[in-house]
Parts: sequence; structure tokens; C-alpha cells
Amino acid sequence: MSALAGTVAKFQARDVVRSRWLAAYVAFFWIVGEGLLRFTGGDARAVLSLGSIVLYVVPLVTLVFGTIYLYNAREFTELLLAQPVDRRSLYFGLYGGLTGPLCLGVVLGTTMPFLMRGGAGADPAVLALLCGTAVALTLAFAAIAFCIALACTDRLRGLGAAIGVWMLCAVVYDGLVMATVAAFDGHPLERPMLMMTLANPIDLARVMLLLRLDISALMGYTGAVFQQWLGGNTGLLAASLALCVWIVTPAWLGLRAFSRKDF
Amino acid sequence: MIAARDLCKRFGGTPVLRDLDLDIARGRVTAIVGPNGAGKTTFIKALLGLVKPDSGLLTFNGAPVGAAPAYRAQVGYMPQIAQFPENLTGADFLALLRELRGVAETDERLIDEFGIRASLDKRLRVLSGGTRQKVNAAAAFLFSPTLYVLDEPTTGLDPVSSGILKRRVLEEREHGSTVILTSHILADVDELADDVVFLHEGQARFAGNVRELKRQTAQATTERAIAALMLGERAA
Repeated sequence: MSALAGTVAKFQARDVVRSRWLAAYVAFFWIVGEGLLRFTGGDARAVLSLGSIVLYVVPLVTLVFGTIYLYNAREFTELLLAQPVDRRSLYFGLYGGLTGPLCLGVVLGTTMPFLMRGGAGADPAVLALLCGTAVALTLAFAAIAFCIALACTDRLRGLGAAIGVWMLCAVVYDGLVMATVAAFDGHPLERPMLMMTLANPIDLARVMLLLRLDISALMGYTGAVFQQWLGGNTGLLAASLALCVWIVTPAWLGLRAFSRKDF
Repeated sequence: MIAARDLCKRFGGTPVLRDLDLDIARGRVTAIVGPNGAGKTTFIKALLGLVKPDSGLLTFNGAPVGAAPAYRAQVGYMPQIAQFPENLTGADFLALLRELRGVAETDERLIDEFGIRASLDKRLRVLSGGTRQKVNAAAAFLFSPTLYVLDEPTTGLDPVSSGILKRRVLEEREHGSTVILTSHILADVDELADDVVFLHEGQARFAGNVRELKRQTAQATTERAIAALMLGERAA
């Protein structure tokens, strides 16, 4: 399986790398990082600001680009399926061909402004964590995008669902947290908050970054809970594991749908 | 070479193939004809493993289709619409197929006959629809398969290229390959087909050689005979 998947991934990645989308994606992070460094210097706050932008933009772009990618590849997928290739290899080939360039793009765009300044005073471990969470979010949301594109035959509906998922994780979620805190004022909320964080990959990534930066004041409600309950490395590990679940589950669901689909 | 027995497929409750029984002989050109929605594309997709039948049996050289993808190494498929990743070049696309099949030695006669070798270095996005269709056709003939599946092969091709493709189809038959094609252009069917399968509402209403078809419908040309079949179904 792996050799065929690798072949498909290689050529799909070549296609993505040559698209204008990817160049714009890299440029975006580069420019944002460059701007933040010029105005603030390389302290923890610059990394944190960059982090919050990365953690919200990566899921949005991955979801939208991922669904469009699979819709555009529909006829080509049929052609490839008519070759002696099993569906599993083709699925992972398409997935790798999308996520490879996207991961590389975000890592390159985010780190270049720092690297060109010889680190710019940023903690390399924090920067590495930022890249790690960006890669994890790319892998998770690309799998979710695949699930959406396989579930909705209609392009427009699929794109709507992709943006809906992002709104849910990035905007509606914060509102829900606020509402819960307000509604159950005075009750112990640690466990429900922990559950809510686990249910949102973007918040998970944010908490991981905050735990590492060790800025309690900026942690927000769910971050404070993580700090208190899990603290330092245990919390980091728990959050990483939860993120892995967020990658494997949709990727598996997508594979199942892809294997059963009539093209 | 290919046999379908009681093949059924529904899409969202609508039956597309209804207990289809069909045999396709080796070394002949079989044209599958029929009105829109008759099940032509679904049958071809089932044969390629793209569509999974609900029930019934479909075999290729005696082995059930869909168990393992290896049989597709013997199939050259030319889809109706040529859609490629737009930032790849034609050469990239052909290289991808070569790597997937693990075959380095390929038959590139059609590339030269179509005169598209220079276009292969350009991105597929910038090629005209006709040139893309030529790349599509060339890809199906690249690996000297034993079975060709050509879905509306001449659509979008100019008369000269269409002629080149048709000559090549007949040549492949001379060398013992089997060809299945669908076409709405009855003149093409007339020119190429040895056997005709007439699909209507998911069943084969006629399957046999061209002479038999003409005799049964009392028509002089295949074109008229197929038209008579279609009109007959409409009247019934």
C-alpha cells in the first residue's frame, strides 16, 4: 500500500505546491510574523500573538482548501481508481498530497521571520511547539475536510459545512464557554470545562501553547483549568494525546467513507 | 471475457441496473448504446470497481471484479471528461500512471500521432479541451492493456484526431485486445463495433453482433438499426 500512496502523494503535492494558494498561505504567515517582530521585538507576547493568529487561520484555510481540493480531484480520483490501485492507498495519497505542502507552508511561513533574525530572542521550544500544533491542526482539519467532501456531493453545501465547522470551533465555542461560566456561576466547573476543551482541537492547541509559555494571566478560563488540574508536562501530554485522537478519528471515518463510496 | 449475472444497482432508491445479464466477448469491439440513464456509465464504473453493485455477479476473466485491484493492470480506461490536477504537466500525469503501474516501457504511438509531445511539458490547465482529451486518450493506450474501456472517446476531438483514434481502436482489435466503448455518435459505432449491447432501463434489451442486429430490425446500417431499437423502446 505505502509505495502507491507515496506515489499519489508525491504528484498531488507537486500540484498543490505549484498553486498560487500555497504561495499566498506562506506569504501570509511570513508577513504577519515579520510585522509582529518589527513592532514588538521577540518576546513571549510576539510568539503568543502569532500563535493565536496561526491557530485560527490554519483550520480555516485547511478546511476550505481541503474540501475544494477533494471536489476538484473528483474526476481525477475516478481515473486513478481505474488504475491497479487500492482505495486505501489512494485515500492516504490524496491526504498526504494535501497535508504535506500545507504543513510545510505554515512551518516555513511562521519560522522564517525568526530564523532570519537568528532566533529573535524567541524560545526555540515554544516556536517548535507552535509549529507542532499548527501541523497537528492541519492534519486534523484536513481529515475533517475530507469527511465533509465525502459526505456532501454538493460542492456549495460542502463548502458551507466546512466554514460552519470552523465557526463552531473558533467563534461559537468561545461564546458557549462564556455562557456556561455565566450560567453556572458559583458551581465547580473544572470538569465540564476540561471536557469542552477536549471537544475543540483549536482550544486544545491554544492551551498547549499557553501551558508552555506559562502566562497564567492570558490563559483564559479553560487554560486555567488545564494548568490547575494537569499542570506543566502532564497537561501538555494529555492535550497532545487528545489532539492525536482528533487526527486519527476523522481520518479513519474519511477512509471508511472513501472505501465504500460509489464514484 | 466479461460476464454480468443478475447485476443490480440502485442510486438513492432509483434502480439503475436491474438484474443485468451480459457477456462481452474477447477480441471484439463491443459498443454499449442506449438512451440517457440507461445504465451505460454505471455498468462501466462497476466494471472498473468505481461503483459497487448491490447484488449480482460481475466477473473479469472468470474472477469477480472488486475483490482485488490487480485486474485493472489489464485495463486501459479513457473517461468521458478529462479532468486533471491543473498545475501538473501532461508529462507529470503520464509519469504518475507509469509509477502507479510500475511499468517503464510504454506505448507512446498515440502521443506522436496526435502530435502532442510538445504540449506535454505545459501545465494541463493551459491546454485546450481537445488537447487534454488527446492526453486522456494517449494515457488509455499507454500500457498495452488487454481490455480498453472508452467512454464517449471521440467527443471533443477534431475529425482528424478522431480518425487516428478510431484507426488505433481497430488496430488493437486486430492484435487481440477487447474494446468496450459507449458512444452517442452512431456513425462511430457503425464504423467500429463488432457487437452491440443495447441497454434500456438497466437491462440489456439486445446483445449480439452487428449482422444479427441489422437482421432483427430489418435495417441496412448499424446506425439505423440502433435508431430503430431506441424508437421501438420509446413506442413500447
